[in-house]
Amino acid sequence: MNSSYAIPAVALVVVATVLVGAFGLRISRTTSDFYVASRTVGPRLNAAAISGEYLSAASFLGIAGLVLVQGPDMLWYPVGYTAGYLVLLLFVAAPLRRSGAYTLPDFAEARLASQAVRRLAGAFVVGVGWLYLLPQLQGAGLTLTVLTGAPDWLGGVIVAVVVTATVAAGGMRSITFVQAFQYWLKLTALLVPALFLVLTWQSDGAPRHAFDEPATFREQRVVRVDDTVDLTLDRPLTVTVTGTVDGRTHNGTRLELPAGTHRIDSGTRLTFAAGAPVPRAERGGGGDLSPSQAASREERPLYATYGLILATFLGTMGLPHVVVRFYTSPHGVAARRTTVAVLGLIGAFYLLPPVYGALGRLYAPELTLTGDPDAAVLLLPDRMIGGVGGDLLGALVAGGAFAAFLSTASGLAMAVAGVLTQDVLPSRGVRHFRLGTVLAMAVPLAASVLVGGLPVADAVGLAFAVSASSFCPLLVLGIWWRRLTPPGAAAGMLVGGGCALLAVAATMAGYPGEGAPLHALLAWPALWSVPLGFLTMILVSLATPGRVPPGTAAVLARFHLPEELRTEVPA
Amino acid sequence: MPQDHTERRVVVTGPPRQARRTSSSGYYRPRTEIDEQTTLGHTYVRSLMRTQLRAGLAVFAVLGLLVGPLPLLFAAMPDARRLEWAVLGFGLYVPLVLLARWYVRRAERNERDFVRLVEDR
Repeated sequence: MNSSYAIPAVALVVVATVLVGAFGLRISRTTSDFYVASRTVGPRLNAAAISGEYLSAASFLGIAGLVLVQGPDMLWYPVGYTAGYLVLLLFVAAPLRRSGAYTLPDFAEARLASQAVRRLAGAFVVGVGWLYLLPQLQGAGLTLTVLTGAPDWLGGVIVAVVVTATVAAGGMRSITFVQAFQYWLKLTALLVPALFLVLTWQSDGAPRHAFDEPATFREQRVVRVDDTVDLTLDRPLTVTVTGTVDGRTHNGTRLELPAGTHRIDSGTRLTFAAGAPVPRAERGGGGDLSPSQAASREERPLYATYGLILATFLGTMGLPHVVVRFYTSPHGVAARRTTVAVLGLIGAFYLLPPVYGALGRLYAPELTLTGDPDAAVLLLPDRMIGGVGGDLLGALVAGGAFAAFLSTASGLAMAVAGVLTQDVLPSRGVRHFRLGTVLAMAVPLAASVLVGGLPVADAVGLAFAVSASSFCPLLVLGIWWRRLTPPGAAAGMLVGGGCALLAVAATMAGYPGEGAPLHALLAWPALWSVPLGFLTMILVSLATPGRVPPGTAAVLARFHLPEELRTEVPA
Repeated sequence: MPQDHTERRVVVTGPPRQARRTSSSGYYRPRTEIDEQTTLGHTYVRSLMRTQLRAGLAVFAVLGLLVGPLPLLFAAMPDARRLEWAVLGFGLYVPLVLLARWYVRRAERNERDFVRLVEDR
């Protein structure tokens, strides 16, 4: 792909982010400005900011890649990401804002009056935040590599430096402007090329077999397999092979591969005839930005689908960069209205990735085999339109992708830095917040450079599952159940979140292996770990009735009473 | 005359709510109960929580009924790929936003009713 337009586009996004951030710096004066923009952000600006922050690399590139590889089942991801906000609105939005706390640990402390629970919640915030930052940095590296051939750590370093600078300089207020700006940038960056792509598709006679299963090649195409893959064939397939298949070397031989699994070594060229079905690739199929547990969907698709639905529906409310945004609304009613606006904005955005996924199945089906389906969004303009127009549209998409990494990473950095400043570093001044920001970005950056090629992107699914099993019970029970006790909350978070964490960590480490009956249970833990978290929290709370904090009734009254009935001055 | 009777009855019912709220200045008993955290005050808060939770659970149930059967449906009809593309890719977002608006309207009405109850009596 021609990078002569892409590099300026990415540079422009980075410079614009810094400039909009600097604009915020001039208004950001006090500590309150720093953390929550002095709680004066109106619903519209805040909704755009929340959406801009939420639409990460996984949304921008990953969904189209997943749909390209695995078909429409993967559209549950964007549906879940959106419905998560509805669940958040139903049970959490307004009371969370009225709780008057800055962060999730603040909420835990305000509700349960316990330093221990506060520290535990803080540890989970930092853990989930770092897990979620990792794929953002790696995604930035992947994008820059696809576009320019730069070494894959460079993108991560650029994102880390820009984010640290904007967050440390301006805090939440400037981030609000940056995020709102980036939502519109991301929407434009996907919408405009999508319009041109759809027009091209129309003038191409509007072929519809993208929706058929499996995807097929439209014309004869030569595919170079970069990483060794296992292809699964449902029917015999005839290909021309130059390279190694099933341990045997061929040179331009026409082969009839029987149904079953075949190993294709790296560097092999396969020539597929027009109309040939695209085989399924076992390894490298999930790509870098998309949860690779998806590979285990074949075993128990229904269980996996429901696990995915539960994790995304309930996990959204506990993501640290999502929750912290609600404190910036001026009051509970505004927090609710903001959430509705967010649902609209996110829903509008998610109409676009399926378009790229479907067109990718038509025009770039070989991405399934080359192990880079996440590049589909970046490559389609060049592939379908070509010429200067294709290059320009490709540059726009690249800029949008970088906006995605920058916005999500800055929101996460903000949340993690807030916790580090308040609970780890000795004093709470603005200077320590800046130190906290550096720490918040340095750890995942170091991890992404160190672990390099590992499927760290599993971290996105992991973050959702862990958050659904730990923070969701804490928030829902904390807001609606007066008998919650500190030991109950701590036990629930540890058991639910801890089990989810262990389960996915075990899957990532390759235990107990594909096909084992336990595998699907461990790869999609939400279906059992969320009820486990809730149950532990409830049972332990009931067993320790003496530990219900004395101020519970007053705290709950503050959570739920409309602001106009309040006597005390809001914090 | 029957018409006279009805007119007189209107007068006896007392002043309309709006007028009465402004006239009864200062004495808001339920509100004091809540502020002073008496048992009665807690009962008021509890009743508000219950209505709000009921509103949330109702919308959540609709969401569950809307989304829950879909994977089963798609698994039962493996040939209906286009339906799956249409529903998951485009169809679900508008119902989600509508559900959210419905909930917000209900929750805000609950709060308004509660404020009226507490400040009026």
